[in-house]
Amino acid sequence: MSYLSVNNATKQFGESFKALNGISVAVERGEFFTLLGPSGCGKTTLLRSIAGFNDLTSGEITLGGANLRVVPPHQRDIGMVFQDYAVFPHLSVFDNVAFGLKPRKVSAEAIKARVAEALAAVRLDAMADRLPAAMSGGQQQRIGLARAMVINPQLLLMDEPLSNLDAKLRIELREEIRDIQKQVNIATIYVTHDQEEALAISDRICVMNAGRIEQIGTPQEIYGNPQTQFVATFVGTLNFLNAGAALDAMLGQLNLSAAAAKSWAVRPEHLDLLVDGAPTSDGATLSGMVSKFTYLGREAHLQVETEVGRLVVQLANPGMAATKAVGETVSINVQPSAPMAFDAEGRRISSKG
Amino acid sequence: MKGPGDRFDGWTSVAVALTGGYLLLVIWPLVMVLINSFAGGGEFSLAGFEKFFSSRLYYGTLTNSILVTVCVTVLALVVAFPLAYFMTMFRIGGSRSIQMLILASMMSPPFIGAYSWILLLGNNGMITKFIEDTLGFKPPSIYGFAGIVLVLTLQLVPLIFTYLMGAWRTIDVSLLEASESMGITGWRRAVQVISPLLWPTVLAGSLLVFVRAFADFGTPMLIGQGFRTVPVLIYSSFVGEVSIDKSFAAAVSVIVIAVTLAVFLLQRYLVSRRTFSMTALRSIEPRRLPGWRGVAVHIYVYGFLTLALAPLVVVVFSSFRKTLYGQLVDGFSLDSYVDSQRDILRYVGNTFGIGITALIILVVIAVLVAYLTVRRKGALSGTLDTMTMVPYVVPGLVIGIALVTAFSQGPFMLTGTFAIMVIALAIRRLPYSVRSTTALMYQLNPSIEEAATSLGASKFRTLVRIIIPALAPGILSGAILSWVTIITELSTTLFLYNTSTQTLSLGIYAEVIRGQLGTAAALSTVLLVLTMLSLILLMKLPGGQKELRV
Ligand SMILES: Nc1ncnc2c1ncn2[C@@H]1O[C@H](COP(=O)(O)OP(=O)(O)O)[C@@H](O)[C@H]1O
Ligand SMILES: [Mg+2]
Repeated sequence: MSYLSVNNATKQFGESFKALNGISVAVERGEFFTLLGPSGCGKTTLLRSIAGFNDLTSGEITLGGANLRVVPPHQRDIGMVFQDYAVFPHLSVFDNVAFGLKPRKVSAEAIKARVAEALAAVRLDAMADRLPAAMSGGQQQRIGLARAMVINPQLLLMDEPLSNLDAKLRIELREEIRDIQKQVNIATIYVTHDQEEALAISDRICVMNAGRIEQIGTPQEIYGNPQTQFVATFVGTLNFLNAGAALDAMLGQLNLSAAAAKSWAVRPEHLDLLVDGAPTSDGATLSGMVSKFTYLGREAHLQVETEVGRLVVQLANPGMAATKAVGETVSINVQPSAPMAFDAEGRRISSKG
Repeated sequence: MKGPGDRFDGWTSVAVALTGGYLLLVIWPLVMVLINSFAGGGEFSLAGFEKFFSSRLYYGTLTNSILVTVCVTVLALVVAFPLAYFMTMFRIGGSRSIQMLILASMMSPPFIGAYSWILLLGNNGMITKFIEDTLGFKPPSIYGFAGIVLVLTLQLVPLIFTYLMGAWRTIDVSLLEASESMGITGWRRAVQVISPLLWPTVLAGSLLVFVRAFADFGTPMLIGQGFRTVPVLIYSSFVGEVSIDKSFAAAVSVIVIAVTLAVFLLQRYLVSRRTFSMTALRSIEPRRLPGWRGVAVHIYVYGFLTLALAPLVVVVFSSFRKTLYGQLVDGFSLDSYVDSQRDILRYVGNTFGIGITALIILVVIAVLVAYLTVRRKGALSGTLDTMTMVPYVVPGLVIGIALVTAFSQGPFMLTGTFAIMVIALAIRRLPYSVRSTTALMYQLNPSIEEAATSLGASKFRTLVRIIIPALAPGILSGAILSWVTIITELSTTLFLYNTSTQTLSLGIYAEVIRGQLGTAAALSTVLLVLTMLSLILLMKLPGGQKELRV
């Protein structure tokens, strides 16, 4: 049995609305597990029912084999990091971090040592005596992190801890969170709506949508082998291919077929421009006219009108020469591995017949 | 077995206990008044109401009261609006001291104002005598309608003024600049742009002025003479100047509550039709107003300040004058203090003992009710929140009557005790305290509590170690304001005290009624000093200036 397991969890608000609709997840010891999904899909609701701040309508939660739902929240021994930091405004940085140790009957000396260690880990050791009010968001969140970690909880929960920070700090702090988590080796559930963050930080990702689980897997599985159309569009972007003779011709050329396919799609980064217009041996070629060129520094997006519809092609490391003018004709190479097929329910199906 | 999501916990017990206590100590006594008003000689009767509406002597007090209250409310607004406008828009010399002094004049007990205007303009008043001696004619009488309106207006202008100043801080400069760019400036802008934005505040402030003026007992009692208002009628029929008629007093109380409630609901309705909230990114910066207009503005502000402070100065001055048979005569001495030093010590002791006990109870209840209404929204906490507002529309005198009626017999014999004084004062102030604490509680981030819980803190530890300390600065400033209103309260405790529980304000009232003007002035000075010290303490608190709402 897994370390933390949530079984068939539902949470109902009001008469009919189900914020959670039959969720089951299992988290292993020391694992960094991420809940990823759009705003309103139930991530916070799931996290808070694990923390005990709201109870499930039905379902089971066990931690280390014991039923968690009967334990009052303050006895669950679960550390939590909040989106709005939730630092205690009237306590110094040191006292904020020490707060959870006092009811745990840790000796004064041990408190000092453990708080100092935790503050060092989040690089706040120089600020122990300051009040948090005047500190930056990044520093306040570091307090929150140290405070949750120092009690050495059985589980660490983080609800979008970085979403109130600016982009640069977000990347910096997520690396730190990742490193610290690996060091202390506490099983962690991390909530985010940012797919890049989820890919960068997680051992496994659980993609949620409207109170249900779409897919659970490693970052590579989620991005590289999405099992539903929702996952494929939420984690990364998709070009949907218009049905018709042109699409059939292309699929034929690539030796792909799927009887139940409702839609076909391909990721922009799986498309290449052909420099000479010469077809390569193992791919299909689509030609079309450039309708937009967007330069983004590291990459550029080229929007092309083709026979299978409008396609966005992602060009890596675009140099000066890569710039295309609107109206220019280009040829696009499609590899056999690129197209993905989805059935009428949005489930991914095999593209090999 | 109860799951953790089950909401029955310690807080539910607190809600039940508070509701029970409140029903017993506030609602039940008021219901007793209501029952008494409909009961004559043990059975249902409308005799009390019939009597009230049968004679001009009685219903005239209601028209008197309404006349006074409407005049005071309108006048206070008319005086306060320019005052707040000038203080916000223009640089006035000594602006911070002015605000502090205006606040001080608001916080001084209203009956001291009445009493000192008598010292100035009464039959034997300083100005009256001066005019008689030098000009040889008698100035118009201060007693009656004019005196009441003068005293109450001066007393209550500061109240609306502080409300307006608070609201002005939320107006963003860009709104003014925008109207300026459209060619609307000066008074046109004040009327067309600023007034509508201040409308909810004006309504809220006016309601408070109305409630205060309508319920005020000390001022008309001292300065009204033949001009009687409803509270005076209630008082005299309850203590029985002619004959004791408790069911009549109860009927009049019910009428007063009905009028106040109607005004309260009207204000609610008017405000609810236009609610909006604003926060200013850039508040208005006062600018220098040159030339004669600058002088005029200064004259207006300082003129008001002089009128508002005159009573306080007069009282302090009078306390050092010689007295003969209670009357002030020429020459100075400390006799007023020395002769009544034992009384002063007793009054001060009682004021502190009763006041601080009431304050502690008040703060604790306010924190608990605020927590329940903000964090435990539900039927019970909603009821509790509404119930705590009840004393807002009940004049202090009526609260006193209700407590006397309920606790002078039967299982709870409390009249004349320390406890009943404490209960009365706490009840009187509770609506204000609960409101301000609730506002504080709304500003507290709920995840702070969850953080404490996740770190292993029980509900009690979270309350004591996190919620209360995080709100402490606001709670403390609110407590000081409550303290000032508790020590200056008169009408609520008027029926409840005896010599061992007489406080300073009750002592002043008794001395004035007995004609001991010197002693009254000395006691008033002591009370003013206490009030000022409390306000200075408030100003010294971090963020204290922001909390100057009553
Ligand atoms: N206390 C509540 N009462 C009613 N609806 C709620 C409550 N909390 C959350 N919801 C609803 O449940 C859904 C999921 O919310 P949440 O778990 O906060 O989403 P997420 O964290 O994924 O953005 C949302 O539609 C939200 O409006
Ligand atoms: Mg959320």
